[in-house]
Amino acid sequence: MSKASSIVYRTVSDVSGPLLVAENTHDVAYNEVVKIRSPSGELLTGTVLETGKGRAVIQVFEGTSGLDTDVTAVRFTGETLKLPVSSEILGRVLDGAGNPLDKGPPLTAEDHWDIYGSPINPYARQYPRQPIQTGVSAIDGLNTLVRGQKLPLFSGSGLPHNRLAAQIVRQAKIPGEESDFAIVFGAMGITATEAQYFMQSFEETGALEHTTLFLNLADDPAIERIITPRAALTAAEYLAYTADMHVLVLLTDMTNYAEALREISAARSEVPGRRGYPGYLYTDLSLIYERAGRIHGRNGTITQMPILSMPQDDMTHPIPDLTGYITEGQMIVGRGLHRRGIFPPIDPGPSLSRLMKEGIGEGMTRFDHKEIQAQLYYAYSEGRDLRDLVAVVGSEALTDRDQKYLKFADRFEAEFINQGEYEDRSFEQTLDIGWNLLSDFPERELKRCDPETISWARNKGVYKPN
Amino acid sequence: MTEETGRIENIAGPVVECSGIPAVRMYEVVRVGNQQLIGEVIEVGEEEFTAQVYEETSGIAPGEPVHATGDSLSVELGPGLLGSIYDGIQRPLPDLREMSGDFITRGLSVEGLNKEKKWQFTPSLKVGDSVEPGDFIGDVPETGIITSKILIPLGVKGEIIEIAKKGEYTVNETICKVKDAQGDVHSVMMMQRTPVRVGRPFKERVGMHTPLITGQRVIDTFMPQAKGGTGAIPGGFGTGKTVTLHQFAKWADAQVVVYVGCGERGNEMTEALEEWPHLKDPKSGRPLMERTVLIANTSNMPVAAREASIYVAVTIAEYFRDQGFDVALMADSTSRWAEALREISGRLGQLPSEEGYPAYLGSRLAQFYERGGRVKTLGSGDRMGSVTVCGAVSPPGGDFSEPVTQATLRIVKVFWALDKDLAARRFFPAINTLTSYSLYFGTLQKWQEDNMGKDWPDLVKEALALLQKDQELREIVQLVGPDALPESERAILEAARMIKEDFLTQSALHEIDTYSPIGKTYRMLRIIIKFSKKMTEAVQLGVQVRRILELSVLDNIARMKISPWDSYNETMDTIERKIDGEFQSLLQELSESGLLHHESAQ
Repeated sequence: MSKASSIVYRTVSDVSGPLLVAENTHDVAYNEVVKIRSPSGELLTGTVLETGKGRAVIQVFEGTSGLDTDVTAVRFTGETLKLPVSSEILGRVLDGAGNPLDKGPPLTAEDHWDIYGSPINPYARQYPRQPIQTGVSAIDGLNTLVRGQKLPLFSGSGLPHNRLAAQIVRQAKIPGEESDFAIVFGAMGITATEAQYFMQSFEETGALEHTTLFLNLADDPAIERIITPRAALTAAEYLAYTADMHVLVLLTDMTNYAEALREISAARSEVPGRRGYPGYLYTDLSLIYERAGRIHGRNGTITQMPILSMPQDDMTHPIPDLTGYITEGQMIVGRGLHRRGIFPPIDPGPSLSRLMKEGIGEGMTRFDHKEIQAQLYYAYSEGRDLRDLVAVVGSEALTDRDQKYLKFADRFEAEFINQGEYEDRSFEQTLDIGWNLLSDFPERELKRCDPETISWARNKGVYKPN
Repeated sequence: MTEETGRIENIAGPVVECSGIPAVRMYEVVRVGNQQLIGEVIEVGEEEFTAQVYEETSGIAPGEPVHATGDSLSVELGPGLLGSIYDGIQRPLPDLREMSGDFITRGLSVEGLNKEKKWQFTPSLKVGDSVEPGDFIGDVPETGIITSKILIPLGVKGEIIEIAKKGEYTVNETICKVKDAQGDVHSVMMMQRTPVRVGRPFKERVGMHTPLITGQRVIDTFMPQAKGGTGAIPGGFGTGKTVTLHQFAKWADAQVVVYVGCGERGNEMTEALEEWPHLKDPKSGRPLMERTVLIANTSNMPVAAREASIYVAVTIAEYFRDQGFDVALMADSTSRWAEALREISGRLGQLPSEEGYPAYLGSRLAQFYERGGRVKTLGSGDRMGSVTVCGAVSPPGGDFSEPVTQATLRIVKVFWALDKDLAARRFFPAINTLTSYSLYFGTLQKWQEDNMGKDWPDLVKEALALLQKDQELREIVQLVGPDALPESERAILEAARMIKEDFLTQSALHEIDTYSPIGKTYRMLRIIIKFSKKMTEAVQLGVQVRRILELSVLDNIARMKISPWDSYNETMDTIERKIDGEFQSLLQELSESGLLHHESAQ
């Protein structure tokens, strides 16, 4: 792509929505970065979506307001979109395109990396097998997050997913390997208040030191959201694969990202798929999500926790649906639990971590983890089923055993799932709380646990049946 | 094959318009741009033609050159396929890693088969023998499980004038020379190249009378697949499509398995790669990878190659079929393949039909599934081979009314419906027995009677009837509570519960339960139906279901799924005797205390 990048075109023929069309262009490359000078002298950035026949279609990240077909000047840079990367990026607050927002110096660059990345060779991947401790029992105990996994939070409007995300950023660690742990936080279209909240909460707890923030706010240009997750993941790839760190990437809110994608697709009058989203939404999302992983012979890993709000809590909406097809499980933020005042309101029922089975147990969390997880799941779903029954027949009709399960479900929500925003629990503590709650049941009810495990818990003093 | 050069005119994602090569043909492979990206012609106009590019096109500009190769997209077939893992256009992933590191970069060119490795070839014909396409000329022990046959390629017919001696050769050394009727001499190598978009020819289709035993009880019992049959497994995310297909790939009694991960998760392919070499084939005791070819085009790899990967896979499957093997092809997921079609079609500006899919979606799907089947292969003698096709479908929102699921159901003969509610209750495999079906039931019946037991069709019928009745009764229970049911109907609920919990649920993670030999499946169902009948009889005599549920044989029945593959018969014999014994003593005890009479009088 070597060419004179000094040619300035003043041949804009059309400005519509986020798109700009330049005519009489020569040798413009697909996906090339474009610098645009608006009539008022502002410098904007875009990339080429289609090129050929003397014409280039450009998406403008800052939006096209103020651009005209007369004075607007366009210069093609001959480069694809790149992010300057170095370990210094930790602790920085950047905008959605990777420019500093804090008072710090410009980003130092050890290298410039293409923000679109390249697909990991499936043969180079290593299956994820080690856990991350988020300090949240509903995740660590029931649906453990594993390094190299992509596990989204499905939420809805009005639910406290941002507070949960902030808590995870503050608490997430790999026990024993704290120094190698980093967080990259990519925000797309969140409000200024939310951004304020995140910043403040990271600064107070010192989490900011090992965090990089990419902030695209609700009033920032929507099209910039196309770059934000990619820039965030590029930074994460650098930290993981060059600086050998375990990186947790939080992306919120993917719904805003998908809407930006839809906007461009509509402006290009592409054939829409479901609900107006482009037919390539699955492919596009997978290009983001599949950048999570673990690679043979490299020490660092990338774990992703994308957060998305489901319109009307509808899990069959294209965004959560296609996300679920790509990610390795999902966490559901439940409205029912939230209304009952439980925080974090993660609903264990439909939540699932597909990679958990390989990432827990002896040497990773604790040897009894699999058994107690199965037992807690079983007891809680028994209790939940009984709640429905009680609504029909009344609680008097229940047997003693059923009463126990009913009570267990309530205690489980109040003591295990519920833990408040500032309580950080280790794996050990989480599992012990689980055993404690099971103390309401006699040993023969614990069919998912090995008798030896039960007597171990009894000796440890965490399982105390009366 | 003269190379011609043209130029790029326009680029939009994977679709590139070019000009300057008037002789370019539809589906010809082209190398695009300065980086020589691999592409395929998908539209030919008067001046211009359009290519879909199998690699990311960022940074490619109009004016860069395009080279026509004169060849259509082809695969290399021969010794070395088994145990390999390829991308969507048959580039070996380990080689790509060696060339470009952990991430796949662009413009890499690697051939499908290793040209340096020497294989032990043993000729089976001699000079003077006459041959036609499809004939064996010798064999190569490729892996511990499979001995590959070397075939005379298409278009070669005549008399052998030279054949290599037993010894070691590479795949592109000439091992045989054939002189045809015109006196032309053809050199034959172990390797062949075949275009992927047309099926490899065969003599004729033949009937499918043998089931493909999958080792999954719910499938082998209620919706069996035939060797050479076609089946689809649709389900929303989290219902277990991939696990089921992995189970097929691991345990199905096909001789060769081709597994294509088409637009799915990278970690799933890694799981297969890490796990399968350690799993042993239950029959030969050899690692399962020795009979497997993996094709991985994960969702983040270029979308056009995803479209090609399905054809690459089925062509490899046909090659093994032509050697007389029973081959199983698993495609996960055909929906992602259909989406690739949609994306390319959209970029070509074709008129969309339902949900943006192109109007030819149905016919393309049909063409793909029709490449499955059991056939009499080319070559002398009546050699049979089969390709069984099992495709996963990922309907958006789990809604089976969408176009890909519907178009697929019009073609396939077996339908395994995954059920979100079952999956949410952690009931796996989450296959709904009442809505799924197999149209091979009739043709497979004779094999089942001969190889499993005369009573098998009746057992299946009874089990289905119990499950059907169970569903009706459950609706009543939800309205009026379980107490309102008479004892006889409670017995049906219990029998159905046994079928579901002790027979249908099967853990893919348990080292024994993950695979159920067909004989074991038969004995298990026979025991449950026997118990159910005894229970019905006893209830008619006035025994309460509550008493029957106290029988200790129920514990044995609950554990029979974990009885070992080689010694289950003894366990099953013991259980059958115990059922007889316990029912007898129960009835005796109750009749001695006069309870039977008393209760039946009630």
